[in-house]
Amino acid sequence: MVKQNSNADKDFSEAPPQVTEWKRFCRVFFARRLVIFGLLVLFLLVVTAIFAPLLAPYGPYKQDMRSTLQQPSSEHLLGTDSLGRDTLSRLIYGSRTTILVGFATAGFAAAVGIMLGLIAGYFSNSIINMIIMRIMDLLISFPMIILALFIAALLGGGIQNVIIALSVGALPGYARVMHGLALSTKENDYVLAERAMGASVLRIMLSHILPNALPPMIVLITLQLGTIILAEAGLSFLGIGIKPPGAAWGAMVNDGYRYLISNPMLSFAPGIAIMLVVFAFNMVGDGLRDALDPRLRGLL
Amino acid sequence: MTTYIIRRLIWALVIIIMLTLAIFFAMRLLPGDPLMIYVAQSQIANIGPEALEQLRAEHGLDKPILMQYFNWAGGVLRGDLGRSIFYNESVGKLIARRLPITAHIGVLAFILATTLGTLSGLLAGLRRGEMADQIVTPLAYVGITVPIFWLGILLVYVFGLKLGWLPIGGYTSPFEDFWLNTKQLIMPVVCESVLGLASMSRQMRSSVLEVARQDYIRTAWSKGLRERTIVFRHMLKNSLIPVVTLMGFAIGMIFGGSVLIETIFNIPGMGRLMVNSIFNQDYVVVQATTLIFGTIVLAVNLIVDISYGWLDPRIRYG
Repeated sequence: MVKQNSNADKDFSEAPPQVTEWKRFCRVFFARRLVIFGLLVLFLLVVTAIFAPLLAPYGPYKQDMRSTLQQPSSEHLLGTDSLGRDTLSRLIYGSRTTILVGFATAGFAAAVGIMLGLIAGYFSNSIINMIIMRIMDLLISFPMIILALFIAALLGGGIQNVIIALSVGALPGYARVMHGLALSTKENDYVLAERAMGASVLRIMLSHILPNALPPMIVLITLQLGTIILAEAGLSFLGIGIKPPGAAWGAMVNDGYRYLISNPMLSFAPGIAIMLVVFAFNMVGDGLRDALDPRLRGLL
Repeated sequence: MTTYIIRRLIWALVIIIMLTLAIFFAMRLLPGDPLMIYVAQSQIANIGPEALEQLRAEHGLDKPILMQYFNWAGGVLRGDLGRSIFYNESVGKLIARRLPITAHIGVLAFILATTLGTLSGLLAGLRRGEMADQIVTPLAYVGITVPIFWLGILLVYVFGLKLGWLPIGGYTSPFEDFWLNTKQLIMPVVCESVLGLASMSRQMRSSVLEVARQDYIRTAWSKGLRERTIVFRHMLKNSLIPVVTLMGFAIGMIFGGSVLIETIFNIPGMGRLMVNSIFNQDYVVVQATTLIFGTIVLAVNLIVDISYGWLDPRIRYG
């Protein structure tokens, strides 16, 4: 792929320097060791979630009443909980919840938020803009976890309701950034030219304004994943979200709290897992921001 | 400045009205008749259709929905937030007992977050790459990634259970036993403040670095001013501008954290009331707590906006 492009460069010296752009991206992105570390953690997380049944030494729901609340040993690396379930196995299966809720929420919130921000930014002088952005102002000033709790209270628990609740909390971030980008992009001459040629509103929005917003959006989605995962962990810690016996890291921290004196590992292990993953998303997000568009520093 | 403040006040009013509308209609959009939920929860068995209609009229549920909203909003303005089904008590009273506790912890956490956040960020920015920076920057990173409920449990384990220095939970009024109250609050306040503290520290550090590059700072140095004067007279106010925006968010983080922290430390505040009410399906209380949390956060954001205009005249005329 890279090779092919460098040949094309020789043929067309005026062609956009795609190769150097990619190389520059890689150079900046992989320059920091912590970014590579974050990438590694995320890779491991995805692999763990996909191959959970192969990696987990025991089933996540397999109770063993003869070996409850065991200390870490060679048989149970991280010990067992009050129902004799293997902590490591539940930790491994819990990565599935984290990934599912994280990505579904980020994707859903980004899709809706970007659409709303795009519409509001394009029709910046209309009442639509005002209505959308004022609702976003309201949502953004609200603490995400309280908003999610309120929505979860209305809709009831369950994983898809948690995804909806967290999405409502996360979407104003996307809408605001998209709104700002649409406002500035639509002032460009090429948009004016396109409009003069009679292009439809939809075409201008989707093929001229949206692509320009892609790099900041990728950065925002990555950085937001950390926040979403923290909020999901908080909700499942409170017992809202995934229903027992399903494994979620936040819920595991709460389950272990009762046995803190005798089995601190029950609470400590899932907490460390949450922290690692949130840290990894933040690091990769920072790296992407510096590599894609350093001007975003301080904004995202 | 006055017109700016008036504009912000009107604005805040509009947003509060939107908040009440959103909360009211969200509750009404619940699948199911609110009256039936009420009947089911208060365990009135075998209710006849006539009695049901009477109950409906009593609760004003036979009126058009907009009228219902105005009735409810009018009640809220008078301090009538409805009646809790679970506690069988007026919600206003329930909250009046719990709000001071949550506010007490919240205010302490906010003070801790803003002072320590700005000071540590200032130090890290001024001594970039030196030891202070090398301690503050990684710690701030930990602060924005750590799940606060887990941090709470960690602190309980170390300081409550292993070392036995601090009580592991509960709340005693400071007027009863100030010393015990202080000991009980140390861990909750630290946990609630940590996210805001770390975010402010990071923002302060990068904004100090930004301000230090400005021409007027170079001029100040070349005039031969003392470092203390430059830092406190010229750098501090200018680098505080972006940090002030974060203060509004910090209040959100702190009150958002209260639902988790009050659960861990067994503190009878608003946050735990909200969580318990969700499990009790006590919707009137959930509605009221959401409204109050929202109003507090909006009010603080209003103050932040106004002080922002005072710090940075460019905003006022923008």
